[in-house]
Amino acid sequence: MTLSRRNVLKAGAAAAALPLLGTKAFAQTEPLKVGFMLIGTPNDNGWNYGHATGAKFMKDTLGDLVAEPTIVENVPEGPDCERVLRELAQSGHKLIFATSFGYGDYVIKVAQQFPDVKFEHATGYQRSDNVATYNARFHEGRAVCGTIAGHLSKTGKAGYIGSFPIPEVVMGINAFVLAARKVNPEFTITPVYISTWNDPAKEADADRAMIDQGIDIIAQHTDGPAALQVAEERGIVGGFGQGADMAAFAPKAQLTSIIDHWGPTYVQSAQAVIDGTWTSADRWPGLKEGEVQIGPYNESIPADVVAAAEAVKNGQIDGSFNIFTGPINDHTGAEKVAAGVTLTDAELLSMDWYVEGVNPPA
Amino acid sequence: MSPELIIAIIVTVVGASTPILIAALGELVVERSGVLNLGVEGMMLVGAITAFVVVFLTGNHYLAILLAAAAGLGTSLIFGFLTLSLSANQTATGLALTIFGTGFSALAGQGYSARPVTLLGPLFPSELATHPIWRVLFGYSALVYFALIMVVAIWWFLKKTRAGLILRAVGENDLSAHSIGYSVIGVRYLAVMFGGAMAGIAGACFPLLLTPQWAERMTAGRGWIAVALVVFASWRPFRLLAGAYLFGLVMTMELYAKAGGGPLSVVPSELWAALPYLATVAVLVLISIRRDASTNAPACLGKPFLPSN
Repeated sequence: MTLSRRNVLKAGAAAAALPLLGTKAFAQTEPLKVGFMLIGTPNDNGWNYGHATGAKFMKDTLGDLVAEPTIVENVPEGPDCERVLRELAQSGHKLIFATSFGYGDYVIKVAQQFPDVKFEHATGYQRSDNVATYNARFHEGRAVCGTIAGHLSKTGKAGYIGSFPIPEVVMGINAFVLAARKVNPEFTITPVYISTWNDPAKEADADRAMIDQGIDIIAQHTDGPAALQVAEERGIVGGFGQGADMAAFAPKAQLTSIIDHWGPTYVQSAQAVIDGTWTSADRWPGLKEGEVQIGPYNESIPADVVAAAEAVKNGQIDGSFNIFTGPINDHTGAEKVAAGVTLTDAELLSMDWYVEGVNPPA
Repeated sequence: MSPELIIAIIVTVVGASTPILIAALGELVVERSGVLNLGVEGMMLVGAITAFVVVFLTGNHYLAILLAAAAGLGTSLIFGFLTLSLSANQTATGLALTIFGTGFSALAGQGYSARPVTLLGPLFPSELATHPIWRVLFGYSALVYFALIMVVAIWWFLKKTRAGLILRAVGENDLSAHSIGYSVIGVRYLAVMFGGAMAGIAGACFPLLLTPQWAERMTAGRGWIAVALVVFASWRPFRLLAGAYLFGLVMTMELYAKAGGGPLSVVPSELWAALPYLATVAVLVLISIRRDASTNAPACLGKPFLPSN
């Protein structure tokens, strides 16, 4: 078929008629096409790398049931992502993952126009009949890291490099310091927000600024290994990999890492679309489901500390331990959560206060 | 504030200022010849990935700096050919060069993002830098001293040499320079190539001086700060030195104020973050008030040279 305007129009009309034919029979003969929209590139060794790895895991697990996943990189959180979503939907993708918070409004808008396409929005909160949301309980991993920090820190002071003070980041800081203070009640943490997800030189300088002022543990919520490299160079107690194992950058300083493992959730969603059982939902799995994993422990960590970290990890897996169970005081010392009460998911997702032990940003 | 902390801050400020200073010095020479190259950010990224790959493959930091300079120079020739030989619009071409450099470095850097390298070590033997005071003077890598030497060298070149005079003449009045027999295009080519090499070295500072890794867009806008600094410094090398260190100081102090509490947080970190912009506004106002020759902007800046007209 030559690419004349008339033929393109015909093809468009045929595509528009497809939903009327019913998708189930279609899906059984053709491999499912799955699209992924990333805000950066898989080369970041962090967030986007995690999603691209998850896409590959899905393909490897489901084999011929799915086509080679389509990954669109560097899609900004703005009107352009609407175009990308629409193109993915028009080119036969029946399941589309939008993997950044700011895509939310556009996903909802495009999803209305493609009722037979399933959309899933990472870290989002808006759902509809064909839009689901999913996230990972990274803060469970933070609690494990905080436990190690509480044991190993000599100064009792940690630094935390954040991007922006959004609930997901605040939640991580709070989980970290709550866990550390269960070991060392004097433990404090200073968050430094650098207003960017990707400026390695600024991350490194923020880390230098904190180390020069007495911290000996560093944690970060930005995507790269810059802070760990400074920790290695300065020889402080250490830090934690974020999103992926970063031991290659800091073999001594990386105490352990929080690894995002999106693969299983992508397999589950794709399988549900193939089976015709997909429904809109909000999924927020964590350590228990294996979506958040703890990387290898540095061999310099004493066995009793590893055991304590494992206890926190296993407690969160079997449900016997929740880091956000009261009593919890806010940073002024006033009680915020009563003893025995556990914060709900909704309260976590709107968290805008710091627990005791956090030096709130000036 | 303890002396140790002050020294630590100075060391961080010097690191943060150096790439901006090197890139801005190159752009200063380019603009003095009458050419506005907005591609600094892109050339820096090409320099950064070149330096990273060379260090990763050979472990030789000085070779990395050299090849980063060559890569920046090569990238600048694209700009030179389009704007000087073909008289294309300099603003648009410069912007395109930045977009090109960003994309090219990302492409060339595929597969290098999870690879660590080592920083360039201090130039002087560590015995010289044992005492904290000496560390402030002798504790840096060669890139820092290179930047400072280039400030003096460029000042001397522009002010004291015949070649510098010709370069300034080309930037101030290209037709006059042409009519007394100087090759305007040739001089501008040399200036653009020098600017490209300096931007390449400035890019090399990122993996070699600041954070030993490759990350896409790792220069994070510092090329644009360099372009702005040239105006801020009213095209003078020593003002540029002061401006680059001032920008480095406020960028660093913002982080120390956030991290420190105590005496440093007397000045809110938001004010530190706003200071470079306030300072730029203040300088622009000063330049406008003194509307005499001291504004110093090259008269032919950004204008294509078309001798037939």
